[in-house]
Amino acid sequence: MKILVGYKRVVDYNVRIQVKPDGSGVITDGVKLSANPFDDIALEEALRLRDKGLATEVVVVTLGPADCQAHIRNGLAMGANRAIHVVTESAIQPLTAARVFMKLIEKEQPGLVLMGKQAIDDDANQTGQMLATLWGRPQATFASLIAIDGEKAQVTREIDAGLETLEVDLPALITVDLRLNEPRFIKLPDIMKAKSKPMETLAFADLSVESGDFLNTTHYAPPAKRSKGVMVKDVAELVAALKTKGLVA
Amino acid sequence: MSRVLIIAEHLNGQLNSATARCVSCAQALAAESIDILVLSDNADAIAGQAAKISGVSKVLSLSHASNAHPVAQVLAPQIVEVAKAYSHVFGPSTTFGKDLMPCVAALLGVAQVSDVMSVESAHSSKRPIYAGNAIITVDAPADAIVVATVRTASWPAAEMSGSAAVEAVSVSAALPTHTRFVSLQQGKSDRPDLQSASKVISGGRALGSAENFSIIYSLADKIGAAVGASRAAVDAGYVPNELQVGQTGKIIAPELYVAIGISGAIQHLTGIKDAGTIVAINKDAEAPIFEVADFGLVGDLFQIIPELESQL
Repeated sequence: MKILVGYKRVVDYNVRIQVKPDGSGVITDGVKLSANPFDDIALEEALRLRDKGLATEVVVVTLGPADCQAHIRNGLAMGANRAIHVVTESAIQPLTAARVFMKLIEKEQPGLVLMGKQAIDDDANQTGQMLATLWGRPQATFASLIAIDGEKAQVTREIDAGLETLEVDLPALITVDLRLNEPRFIKLPDIMKAKSKPMETLAFADLSVESGDFLNTTHYAPPAKRSKGVMVKDVAELVAALKTKGLVA
Repeated sequence: MSRVLIIAEHLNGQLNSATARCVSCAQALAAESIDILVLSDNADAIAGQAAKISGVSKVLSLSHASNAHPVAQVLAPQIVEVAKAYSHVFGPSTTFGKDLMPCVAALLGVAQVSDVMSVESAHSSKRPIYAGNAIITVDAPADAIVVATVRTASWPAAEMSGSAAVEAVSVSAALPTHTRFVSLQQGKSDRPDLQSASKVISGGRALGSAENFSIIYSLADKIGAAVGASRAAVDAGYVPNELQVGQTGKIIAPELYVAIGISGAIQHLTGIKDAGTIVAINKDAEAPIFEVADFGLVGDLFQIIPELESQL
């Protein structure tokens, strides 16, 4: 079984993003870029399935600008067999991304597609679900446990009410949540090895994908700030303050 | 004029209050009509609950054996059949809505606006990106159906004093059988629901163990609060993961939020910044949680909590 893994490059999760003063965007110049943390988990899971003999090949897929190559090499260094880089200089929206993945699925015929449940830049949480829909295959989002059993998979999902388990026929799409696994660290020799792994580069324009970029962002603003409150000296003062506000009886 | 369809969320025969929050968002559009669609194996009783939400024009009750459990790829084709008569289709930005609504959008061939926190006009709204560190204004095309998830913490639940008509509907869509519900393991709790509670007490890594977390439960029970936790406390195994509050857990807006032994990582603060009053109790006076707290108290939580419980 072949596994395709969505592997997006985003602003590192430790960066505190700043909005440009004119409201035209966020400041990304010189900001540290990393793999979307959820996508790292998706890749780790794919590698573990391969290690267990349940998959034969792991292919990482990145949609992004030409300078994503170092990022893609990290995915190969983590252990993916090969990579596909769909080059697009402008940011694309989830529906377009799903349509691009669909083109790749037609070509690659994977048994499983793994993605992070959301990318921590646009926080959209859409691409996986849209892709499963276009593909006409099962989806199991927010996975915290994946058990492959022949032509089926049992997936435990983290939902608001607790843990839900679904059984899906393969091929299927699974998006992963934080507690599925802890991604491995990349070792130096693996970075060297990754240099010789195949990386296929496709121009977005050559895929003849119909754009689904229908949303137009007109303004960026920083969030409303909460003002710093007061420090109380002890429990009695805290209780008195809460009573004054009518928050406790 | 906007005609809004809202997909109801429910569990064990009970309508989730997220649905009434979506109605508030739809009202902000000055909609011509707001209808609710209930999909279940036996939808009528839930539709009856939804009919009580003020501002609702009509509730569509869609009963089908395949809808016993909400499987996104099963629900989406049914929703799309109904949705074509509407200008907007909303679902809550809960795990239910996040799982489902992009499928609806993809079938309709439209984009989705995730986590609507305010409405500017029928086709323009605001939503957070980068864990809430930036708020963007997004315009959707005026000539296509707007599919959106509603950030429930940003909207009050509409009143429950309505009496909308309930109408049974059926659809002819072929439904897939490739995805099957196996089980739902729910945390058993008589406490208020974390997502809709007016008071929430959360504990962090500083509690140190699952056993020690009992003082959080005890304090919560004293004031009728729901219990939440930081990601660190969940990852350490002190509490089950459905209690996690933050960017990747639950986004909540209680009237009172008490953070105990939580330092206040940006990902946690994202989940609570719409709370009415935030109280922080932490032994580290420099903890970032104090930057957003209305009331801060520095000290040892193992002394403060029992004292607080006895004085409340």
